[in-house]
Amino acid sequence: MFSGLFSGFMVNTWLEASVMAVVAGAVGFFVVLRGSSFEAHAIPQGAFTGAAGAGLIGANTLLGVGTFCLLGVVAISRWGRRGQHDVVTALSLITLLGIGSLFLSMSTEYSEQTFSLLFGEPLAVSSSDLLPTALLGAGCMTLVVLLFRPLMLSSVAPELAAARGIRPARIELLFLLAVGVATTMALPVVGALLVFSLMIGPPATARFVTDRPARAMVVSGALGLVTVWVSITAAFWSNWPIGFFVGTFAVVWYVIGRCLARWRRKPGPGVVGARRHGVAVGSTQ
Amino acid sequence: MSILHAIFQPGLFSNSSVQDAAVLGAVVALVCAPVGVFTVVRGQSFAGHAFADITATGGSAAFLLGVSPLLGFVVMALAGASATELLGAERQRGRDLVTGVVLGSGLGLSALLLYLTTTTQSTTGAAVTVLFGSIFAVSSSTLPLVIGFGASALVLVGLVYRPLLLSSINPDLASAQGPGLRAVGLVYMVSLALSVALSALTIGAILSTALLIGPAAAALRLAKSPGRAIAYAAVIGVAATWAGIVLAYDSYNWPPAQQGWPVSFFVVSLVLAAYLLSQLANRPARRA
Repeated sequence: MFSGLFSGFMVNTWLEASVMAVVAGAVGFFVVLRGSSFEAHAIPQGAFTGAAGAGLIGANTLLGVGTFCLLGVVAISRWGRRGQHDVVTALSLITLLGIGSLFLSMSTEYSEQTFSLLFGEPLAVSSSDLLPTALLGAGCMTLVVLLFRPLMLSSVAPELAAARGIRPARIELLFLLAVGVATTMALPVVGALLVFSLMIGPPATARFVTDRPARAMVVSGALGLVTVWVSITAAFWSNWPIGFFVGTFAVVWYVIGRCLARWRRKPGPGVVGARRHGVAVGSTQ
Repeated sequence: MSILHAIFQPGLFSNSSVQDAAVLGAVVALVCAPVGVFTVVRGQSFAGHAFADITATGGSAAFLLGVSPLLGFVVMALAGASATELLGAERQRGRDLVTGVVLGSGLGLSALLLYLTTTTQSTTGAAVTVLFGSIFAVSSSTLPLVIGFGASALVLVGLVYRPLLLSSINPDLASAQGPGLRAVGLVYMVSLALSVALSALTIGAILSTALLIGPAAAALRLAKSPGRAIAYAAVIGVAATWAGIVLAYDSYNWPPAQQGWPVSFFVVSLVLAAYLLSQLANRPARRA
């Protein structure tokens, strides 16, 4: 049943997916902390256009995705200084996707390829992708380490950060760049629409488990690893799109995390807790 | 005269699918105007976009079951809205996160449904149709449904117009004025879900944010009062949709493939152009 799961080109997938899960977990910690879910969703979805464009002109997918990630990051951070942040993110996203729809209409014969770009393809990693992926991963982790203190400070106490001379706009740009790099790595495997699930699900759960930033990052990286490993296995076995498993796992983790947090916080259940607790017990019996 | 001929090519006004598209586009743009203005003012663009993406699940389920895509869009948008409301109602802070998690599960599910569609039926390109849409592909039999859903969204917004406006602009004052704030928020969520579903039908699930947010954001830069902003947004939305339809009709002779450019691309570009123009128009007034 599982023969071939670790053979030949699948090894590339395992390697890339593992690096990507750890990086997404680390970057995702800040996504959750800053409440930047929309940006983390918009950058990968917009980068889909890059993949479609690369397919159209026969360029490297990684290059196309990277370019459009960069465009998205610059658009969101530059426009965002003047307008309302969520509106600007939405408009940047639809600009990129609008171009993407044009690219798609010009290359109709690749509808299967389009599907795997959107929803993931576990076999999409070739050996020549491994080196750039490793470099991107190392770069992204370096960025996260360098940014750790200023990013923590500006996320938790913006006034204090400003007093220390940390410029919020620059921090925001660098943070979005880290999201962009993580996206570029993850998009070919997980697909444009589900990359952000990896950046939200595991880190959000990790924050329920622990309050310490470094520990939360480790937990979220570990949960990310489990997610992609199980997803790859399940996708390989069932032939279903890998995005389905990644998206579902993100929700499962999140719900588990919330239940854990509630269970911990209320040893003696209050009025609401008692009712909810009663319902839960009743449904299991 | 020849320029007019080049823009409005022969057969444009007598083509029945163009006529249907024009009616559909106008209805959707009119519904999106008030809902979009409230969405921008309340800072709920992410929720609007997330519901739009989630509707893709309904669209793909409809493809699989062979029912009208509009029904799928509406059902899923409402489901997404209630899931977000249920999970995230406890606290305001984590709302974006909850929206993201719900969105992720919806997109994952639509990945599976689209995959099943392509394996069980011989239709290819279901993913592209659901996600990027085509206004010309909407059958004229869904028009009454579209008008019905659109009218209900407008009536809902009309019913709670004043409390909704107050709670959007000044939530603290609104909550001080009495209970019922939760109900107002719920009514808004339902009308948001309805208009997102209609917009998804028109320009595709993942592009539908363009019609919801774009005209409203542009209008809010130009207008001084909420009522006027809604009127401007309606004008911009209808103009962008109609111009998009005309351009798409013209583009059948354009390179590279001679098969036309997508309507959604034109509508999105025009909406975006309107937003950029509104920024230009707004700038000198602010400096003076």
